[in-house]
Amino acid sequence: MNRRNFLTSSLIAAGAHVVGQYQGVAWAAPSSVVVPGLANAARDSNLLNNSPYKNLLLLIELKGANDGLNTVIPYTDAEYAKLRPRIAIASDQVIKISDREGLHPSLNPLMPLWQNKELAVVQGVGYPLPNLSHFRSIDIWDTASRSEEYLDAGWLARTFAAAPVPRQFAADGVVVGSSNMGPLSGVGVRSITLADTQQFLRQAKLAQPKGDERNAALKHIMSVESDIVHAASKLNTNHQFKTEFPKSGFGNQVRTAAQMVASNAGMATIRLTLGSFDTHAGQLGTHANLLKELAEGISAFKAAMIELNRWDSTMVMTYSEFGRRPKENQSGGTDHGTASAHFVTGGRVNGGLYGQAPQLNRLDGSGNLTFAVDFRSLYASVIDQWWTGDSTKILHGKFEKLALLKT
Amino acid sequence: MKKILLTVNGIYRVARSALGVVGTVSLVLLAALANAESRAAPAAQQNGSQRDAHTSAMGADDARHLLSRVGFSASNADIQSFAKLTRIEAADRLVKGATSVAVTPALPWVDELPLAPAKRQTMSREETQAERQRNNARTFELRDWWFREMLNTPSPLTEKMTLFWHNHFATSQQKVHFAPLIYRQNTLLRRNALGNFSNLLHEISRDPAMLIYLDGVNSRKQQPNENFGREVMELFTLGEGNYTEKDIKEVARAFTGWSIDRETGQFMFRKAIHDYGNKTIFGKTGNFEGDQVLDMILNRPETAQFITHKLWREFVSPEPDDKEVKRLATIFQASGYNIGKLMRLMLSSDAFYAPDNRASLIKSPVEFVVGTLKTFEIEAPNLRPFVLSAALLGQNVFAPPNVKGWPGGEAWINTATLLGRKQLLDRLFRNEDRMDVTMRAMDDMAARMGEVGQGEGQGPPGKEGRMARQMERSMGGIKWNLDAWSQRFVEQRGPNAMDAMQDMTRVVLAIPPQTTSQAPVLTLASSAADAPSNKPADWARQLVADPAYQLK
Repeated sequence: MNRRNFLTSSLIAAGAHVVGQYQGVAWAAPSSVVVPGLANAARDSNLLNNSPYKNLLLLIELKGANDGLNTVIPYTDAEYAKLRPRIAIASDQVIKISDREGLHPSLNPLMPLWQNKELAVVQGVGYPLPNLSHFRSIDIWDTASRSEEYLDAGWLARTFAAAPVPRQFAADGVVVGSSNMGPLSGVGVRSITLADTQQFLRQAKLAQPKGDERNAALKHIMSVESDIVHAASKLNTNHQFKTEFPKSGFGNQVRTAAQMVASNAGMATIRLTLGSFDTHAGQLGTHANLLKELAEGISAFKAAMIELNRWDSTMVMTYSEFGRRPKENQSGGTDHGTASAHFVTGGRVNGGLYGQAPQLNRLDGSGNLTFAVDFRSLYASVIDQWWTGDSTKILHGKFEKLALLKT
Repeated sequence: MKKILLTVNGIYRVARSALGVVGTVSLVLLAALANAESRAAPAAQQNGSQRDAHTSAMGADDARHLLSRVGFSASNADIQSFAKLTRIEAADRLVKGATSVAVTPALPWVDELPLAPAKRQTMSREETQAERQRNNARTFELRDWWFREMLNTPSPLTEKMTLFWHNHFATSQQKVHFAPLIYRQNTLLRRNALGNFSNLLHEISRDPAMLIYLDGVNSRKQQPNENFGREVMELFTLGEGNYTEKDIKEVARAFTGWSIDRETGQFMFRKAIHDYGNKTIFGKTGNFEGDQVLDMILNRPETAQFITHKLWREFVSPEPDDKEVKRLATIFQASGYNIGKLMRLMLSSDAFYAPDNRASLIKSPVEFVVGTLKTFEIEAPNLRPFVLSAALLGQNVFAPPNVKGWPGGEAWINTATLLGRKQLLDRLFRNEDRMDVTMRAMDDMAARMGEVGQGEGQGPPGKEGRMARQMERSMGGIKWNLDAWSQRFVEQRGPNAMDAMQDMTRVVLAIPPQTTSQAPVLTLASSAADAPSNKPADWARQLVADPAYQLK
């Protein structure tokens, strides 16, 4: 390389916007970032309403593996109390939602959703040949792979590659409260990671999406820079909600997510993360607090979406790497398990019980539950029904869909 | 010719608009241009012949490339000193000069014994909690200590290799808990960093922290734990696809009884729970025990290839050249796994210096943070704020996300971590003499501590607040002077501003800047005072804000 030439040129370019040469490649070309003017606003809002991605998916990752059995409780099953002498939730504490199933008392804030028939409770979600490592199993969930298969791109990344989110959207997806992209990881996905909208907008001023992509590393950095600038140009923090958001870390995530939606900037999905649910010891208190945060958060998000008239175009879905072992351990906690219960809710979600109650008398060799609903069935329902896409190719197979939406 | 005309035009425009002095400045620039032309010719000739690259002095650009890959920074003095060496001489100097012991004095508690098993059993919940917190706090002291070592070591390559092995034999204090074991593992990694991979593998397999992290301690004949058996092949040696599930089970049996003495915290072989039966591994049957299994693994060429491939991705480029990896791996294995020898070859190879591989790697958060401190000679009596910064940017040493270590590469940079990097730089460089502002930047980051960049096992609520307060206390006393740092380049070069700029750019960036159109004009030293926006320090600010600053 000849540094002297480029430096000379850059020195000169400093005072005047000259496009120079570096090893035959033009550099210092002006930025191509387009800030949409007012004229584009109407077209953008049209686009937002015509795209299938006007339907928002809010994913909530229950990080660390949530104990499904103490979340949706088979309170009449004698085996349940027997397996968990120290940590079973007493049947008079359980919020009964059927003559067999009940919710953990901390989930009380979800009851209006249940009564409104817009809370789907899906039991026995898992997959064949379960892997009990946090890392590997969340990888399987994130990439929608088979247990022994390693895929690079997340299932949402593949979904957006098959049916792209309109470029005018602020981002394909927004990750709040985690630096891990999870189901959004993959090349070409426009995703934004942030903790707080205002802070993001403040910091976004530092982005410099200029110059050439001289190698793969630089290309990646430039594309992240331009994702930042693009998203920042669309987001605002002006909306004043009447809804009061819970004063917890997760409550802040929910507020941030609501603020994103209020920007009306367009994004297909938002992922929140609550944790850690890895309750190997002294589970009761920790788990009760986490479920309370979850339920209060979902409840506040619904209220905020109703304010924005977006509840009917919102679907909230929980997920987690696996459930926990039915038999409690010696530390008043639970070890890594397999199938678990999950929640889906939204204005158009068809509330009720789905899947199969845990078969506590038919545990597998390691004392874990067998699954009833493949987690990819949930994804297939999202892709095919919520976004009117085609899940077969994306998920590498046909998965039975759940009738999660009101007809 | 056309290009030069354009530049000449440019000079006049710069001279008029920014400096207002046409005559003298443009003359300086023109002189430099002529200079550049005359020096460009021999450089081109040199690149044309591979032999020359091996027998002649490498020059400043090659030296910069090498130093930034094997260390955290490339100071002007180091560049000048390495520039005179051939590539082989440079690699030799680095490998032969590599130390294997830290220069930073060890923390006072590193030799402490674990709590007696009897004591542990009678401890209350609160006492257990307090003990855990004490170890967490010590692990932070250990991180400060390691960052200090990275900054002060006479052998940065040793620390880069130690970081590499920490990522390779990833072990987290979040599971190990007892901080002295983490220190001892770090010492083990450093001692073998450029030594012998076979020794390293044998030692790490009986390292107490590793035995806890991969559940070896509880692996007994009746119930062999497969965790270590699987990872030793998948992640430490052979790589996926080079063994069967059956091999894993059999290898696990061979390591039963590799445990820890609960009184001393040292390795202990427990005969009573070791499986002395025959095992069939890689199609061979015998009464193999752990060390023999490791030798069987080391005998396979896939092991040498796996390690060479991974070192290539760390030191050379994200896309290893398979043929070259195989060639180097063969030599590596034949040498009895001499890491220093492999590194010497890799660091003097044509591939290492290939133009396409320059600036092709993304700095890890630790490289980014330590590199910034070192490059700009920022003196921090307390490194905790920077340890926390690296953690927030995604790399909390001694707490890798899982046994695979940090994914690294492009995964280091997402919208959150890129903005985090920029924010840290922005506050440091805009306000290098106003620590209150920097402190607030750190505060912002600390507030996110519980939310971003955390692996499993997050701390209790309120942790962020404590971290923020801790940082506030420790931010005082940071000393650096960007103006003086920048001015030095000008002073060394005399009146030729462009040479000074060139030197500074070479020190700060691995490739020419992206955002030259916004670059401030550097003026001569004498006029710096009346044109504060054109100070040499502003050029430095511009360089660190450039996307290319993320590359090494």
